Amino acid sequence: MVFDNLQAFIAMGGYGFYVWLAFGISFAAIAVLVISGLTARRKLQREFVKEQRRQERLAQRKREVS
Amino acid sequence: MWRWLHPYAKPEVVYHLLGRWQPWLSITAALTLGLGIVWGLVFAPADYQQGDSYRIIFVHVPTAMFSMSLYIALAIAAFVGRVWQLKMADWGLAAIAPVGLTFTFISLVTGAIWGKPMWGTWWEWDARLTSQLILFFLYVGVLALYHAFSDQRNGAKAAGILAMVGVINIPIIRYSVEWWNTLHQGATLTVFERPPMATSMLIPLLVSILGFGLLAGALIVQRMRNEILRQELRRPWVKHVLNQDRATELSKTEQA
Repeated sequence: MVFDNLQAFIAMGGYGFYVWLAFGISFAAIAVLVISGLTARRKLQREFVKEQRRQERLAQRKREVS
Repeated sequence: MWRWLHPYAKPEVVYHLLGRWQPWLSITAALTLGLGIVWGLVFAPADYQQGDSYRIIFVHVPTAMFSMSLYIALAIAAFVGRVWQLKMADWGLAAIAPVGLTFTFISLVTGAIWGKPMWGTWWEWDARLTSQLILFFLYVGVLALYHAFSDQRNGAKAAGILAMVGVINIPIIRYSVEWWNTLHQGATLTVFERPPMATSMLIPLLVSILGFGLLAGALIVQRMRNEILRQELRRPWVKHVLNQDRATELSKTEQA
């Protein structure tokens, strides 16, 4: 630990604004990347369920007609 | 029979293989990156010239390094896709490009934020910064082309050609600090020389680099699996996989 206390850690020797801005934006960008990957998977899942239901409805209508 | 089976079996095998790697890659990436960043922020000593502002290096250098190596991987995938007509290599473009784009973005932004207190300016149109900005737009172009066509194969082809042509930018970025007078300093880490950096700063930097590399791997694996599912959505094995996911999700909501 090279900082005496929490205040010194946050202040970063006067460069706090720059250091935390850089780390904050980097963290946010990576979070967006992770979340977009997870939601893409969930979207595929939803599309698949929708398609599955459509197929079921079609099959049922076909049975009703015949 | 193998010839007939080959193209159908392969994406499924790769999907499941990557699925086995994914949790391990994600966990080791999170641990290594966490260690590197905390070490860099809290335990590494301040620089005698730059004070604590130099701590941006623990994000800036790893992302800048991988923004270039990921582009080379992108170009290799594009080359394999064009020459051997391997569709999985084409899909790799869609997996690698978003990760490379984000890393390039981070390297540019952290560089600008570091530049303000040290050089007195957020941005300068010098060789290193400009060529890195071009790399950013190359990634954007590859991604846009990939998704711009209704026929996926045409999109992959166009994106692949741009990826291969754009690789010329990589040596320009790498040697820009030697060929031109620029604000940006020379390379800190080289393969054959002992880096001019204190060990107490070098070790957390190396840990960070390893962490970002593992993170890139984990994210590419995640995106590659999504892309395989997306491309093969109408195949029976994908239906089986998604049905299983649906079943586990349903049982989870029932328990809750």
